[in-house]
Amino acid sequence: MGKLPDHADLVIVGGGPAGLAAAIEARKAGLSVAVLEREPTAGGIPRHCNHPPYGVREFGRLMKGPTYARRLVAEAAAAGADIRTGVTVLALHSGPRLTVTDNCGARDITARRVLLATGVRETSRAGRLLGGTKPGGILNTGALQGLVTLDGLVPFQRPVILGTELVSFSAILTLRHAGVRPVAMLEPASTPTARWPSAMLPRLLRIPLHLGTDIVAIEGEQRVTGVRVRGPGGERTIPADGVVLTGRFRPETALMKPSHLALDAGSGGPVVDQYGRCSDPDYFAAGNVLRPVETAGWSFREGAAAGRAVAADLAGDLPAAAPFLTIAAGEGIKLAVPQRIAPGARGGALQVRVDRPLRGRLVLSLAGKAVASQRIDTRPERRLSVPLSAIPQGATGTATLTVEEAA
Amino acid sequence: MAPTICVEASGRAFDVAIIGAGVVGCALARRFTLDGARVVILEKAADVLDGASKANSAILHTGFDAPVGTLEADCIAAGHAEYREIHARLGLPLIETGALVIAWTEAEEARLPALMEAARQNGVPVAPLTAAETYALEPALGPGVRASFRVAAESIIDPWSAPHAYLLQAFLNGATLCRATEVTGGTYEDGGWTLATRRGDLRASVVINAAGLYGDLVDRQLLGEASFQIRPRKGQFVVYDKPAASLAAHILLPVPTETTKGVVVCQTAWGNLLVGPTAEEQDDRANAPLDGAVLHGLRQKAETILPALAGHEVNAVYAGLRPATEEKNYRINRVADRAYVSVGGIRSTGLSAALGLAQHVAELVRPFAPQMVPLADPVWPTVPNISESAPRDYEAPGNCGIVCHCELVTRREVEAALSGPLAAQSVAGLKRRTRVLMGRCQGFYCSAELARITEGRLSEPMVPPHG
Ligand SMILES: Cc1cc2nc3c(=O)[nH]c(=O)nc-3n(C[C@H](O)[C@H](O)[C@H](O)COP(=O)(O)OP(=O)(O)OC[C@H]3O[C@@H](n4cnc5c(N)ncnc54)[C@H](O)[C@@H]3O)c2cc1C
Ligand SMILES: Cc1cc2nc3c(=O)[nH]c(=O)nc-3n(C[C@H](O)[C@H](O)[C@H](O)COP(=O)(O)OP(=O)(O)OC[C@H]3O[C@@H](n4cnc5c(N)ncnc54)[C@H](O)[C@@H]3O)c2cc1C
Repeated sequence: MGKLPDHADLVIVGGGPAGLAAAIEARKAGLSVAVLEREPTAGGIPRHCNHPPYGVREFGRLMKGPTYARRLVAEAAAAGADIRTGVTVLALHSGPRLTVTDNCGARDITARRVLLATGVRETSRAGRLLGGTKPGGILNTGALQGLVTLDGLVPFQRPVILGTELVSFSAILTLRHAGVRPVAMLEPASTPTARWPSAMLPRLLRIPLHLGTDIVAIEGEQRVTGVRVRGPGGERTIPADGVVLTGRFRPETALMKPSHLALDAGSGGPVVDQYGRCSDPDYFAAGNVLRPVETAGWSFREGAAAGRAVAADLAGDLPAAAPFLTIAAGEGIKLAVPQRIAPGARGGALQVRVDRPLRGRLVLSLAGKAVASQRIDTRPERRLSVPLSAIPQGATGTATLTVEEAA
Repeated sequence: MAPTICVEASGRAFDVAIIGAGVVGCALARRFTLDGARVVILEKAADVLDGASKANSAILHTGFDAPVGTLEADCIAAGHAEYREIHARLGLPLIETGALVIAWTEAEEARLPALMEAARQNGVPVAPLTAAETYALEPALGPGVRASFRVAAESIIDPWSAPHAYLLQAFLNGATLCRATEVTGGTYEDGGWTLATRRGDLRASVVINAAGLYGDLVDRQLLGEASFQIRPRKGQFVVYDKPAASLAAHILLPVPTETTKGVVVCQTAWGNLLVGPTAEEQDDRANAPLDGAVLHGLRQKAETILPALAGHEVNAVYAGLRPATEEKNYRINRVADRAYVSVGGIRSTGLSAALGLAQHVAELVRPFAPQMVPLADPVWPTVPNISESAPRDYEAPGNCGIVCHCELVTRREVEAALSGPLAAQSVAGLKRRTRVLMGRCQGFYCSAELARITEGRLSEPMVPPHG
């Protein structure tokens, strides 16, 4: 592989589904495209997930993660994207200009546009402020899948799983694949986060599911020996040799936080308009970095749309980045993406999530007048959407999302 | 298991045997080696810095608040001065943030003059500041500051690279390091010691007990009695991710109380923001369990000091144990008729005082040490830089790529830490030398690759084998 290019029309940070989809679309439009991926192999998170469902929307076939990841990389490469692995982006500057490093050391790359597609990560043990000792054997799902899928290593035999998001069931599947049966699945809330049928999986596999139960302390010196939990029946210790901390995803914004780009406290990701354009309009963002977490297919489509938007932008076909209509999230609303609407196209939808279980009506209002409204009965981490077409053309100022709770 | 140098060394007589490779033992090893002694340092853990020294606040104190006229005040002053003198040569960081001692209540404000007076008596310059001046220096401080004073010379260092550098310099100038070598007993006869260890006996003219949290037990084993009793005092910490570091330019200190310096908010050498420690008595000398409720409390406390922290992520939590005793002062006990010095109770200032303590103990030992001739031209190694204050390896060519993305640790750095005279022997030791696994993702991306790189090279594997 030749020298890392100094410049490309579009430089994409992150070689997961979103970044690779954007690369394919931007190449179709004739742009020069470089994808920078810090891992030794491109493909993103699906590389670790050795189970379906992947690829149904994109390739019309049910695939396991690694197959899907390879297919994406092959398509992007065939489209003529310059995919560079082992390259870490260190800093974002206006220009746009990126500081990167690889085996050759640090230097800068310039671009006409940059797409950020850095994905998400799960909250760590530290981020959850979990008590107890610090033995080996405490992992996130991502790390677990890295060990099992990429390296064939099995870090424990009787782990406890904390969390009941979709990814928690992905952890069960990974463990099952490695011949490991979790001793328990814990959920601090009173209901599982993920929807049926995933939530049936523990019962099917005879894994005890403890609702309303949280970890008080992890026990063990060298390796985990048990977890002290508090639940409806009081406190007790569950013997275990590992802990899998699942979910509570956060967008991977380590690059963006120290940069000049505006971030949204609700989504945790960069502020974008309906084209995926950031507060510095030379930067775009797509995929899970926009909000925690969506499926690979969803991220792929966002990436593809962003790739087309960048091509339109460079061709002078994208409306100006201002004036905006800003979306304000009211009480009970955790996030709404995009956070602002530029003039022009009204395709797509506002992605909305709540921060607690809510039942009632979700209302989008503009200047005190409801422009869209729908019944909801939802819980955190579940996707809601409001069509952007509901917003009148040319509207500026602030539109507010609120929930009128049912009695 | 890798062969140890100890095997080679047994049978040979050393001038000085140091028990314990905490920061104090490492500083002692360097001092005695440079002074011309043949030194052996004996550590029971698989790797060095496994005791009190593994987890502290990483502040290089000036000693402005040390009890006036005490040995502790002297050792901190001397240690601080020597660190400033040698750090650049050893490749060690010194982040000169200065500290602010902040009064939030009327009662605290009333205590500031006395604290400033004590600082002056300790020879440490301080400058009083009004509330407005304080906010001008630290605009992110929450409401309610009444007044403060600034201690310009309080600084932040890397609490692991420093002792590693002391030990490496000792080692490269002839000292012997024996890890996984617990001292279990010993006898003094014919003007010398025979120390029993888990790996056999060895002879030394002088024994120095720097066993930290086990200091009293080692005294009892070797002397039959101990002049102090260790009462471990736990300190828990919360560490925020790097973007939070810009919220505090200084080390932000509360007005200290009789028992504790209180909860500090400050940057780390690695560019994080740290909050802690607590001060909690416990009996266990080995484990420092974290308490979720206490950690939440620390987070709350931090957010009253710097409200903007509410939007920041925590990326590490940890706890350390101070080797406190039933008295506040250092417990240095010289037993002249048995050529023995116990350097005990180096409670909460050992990182700052270590080099000063080593000078002091060298003076104590001089009368019963043979003619030692200081090395004329000692080797001055440099340790790899892992702090944010100097260029890092990932910026340089040939680094073999990044293994740990959060802390930007390169494969070349990991390989270097796994080889050489001070090669890491445990995952914890590898973390302390490189910071792998210590960032925001806590191993999401790099655990698997590290398990592969370290396979067969650590005393305990990262992933245990299953039959
Ligand atoms: C454990 C788990 C199980 C899942 N199971 C399923 C499933 O069964 N079906 C499904 O559809 N979805 C599943 N998902 C979700 C799916 O994997 C994601 O939606 C998808 O990977 C998101 O794509 P992305 O491109 O946004 O981000 P990612 O796939 O996360 O890719 C981001 C890439 O950016 C790189 N990167 C980050 N920062 C930098 C930097 N500074 N420099 C260079 N590169 C950088 C990363 O290394 C990574 O490769 C799962 C997710 C997880 C975590
Ligand atoms: C919460 C907290 C915050 C602190 N903050 C600061 C700060 O900001 N600045 C500062 O200057 N200081 C600070 N300190 C204090 C500092 O960390 C300690 O004073 C210092 O680490 C003590 O080092 P030591 O070498 O005496 O003990 P240790 O580090 O405990 O070393 C003793 C060693 O002896 C070994 N050992 C024990 N028994 C045997 C045996 N029988 N045979 C062989 N080896 C043995 C142990 O394994 C250990 O490695 C803090 C401490 C804590 C806990």
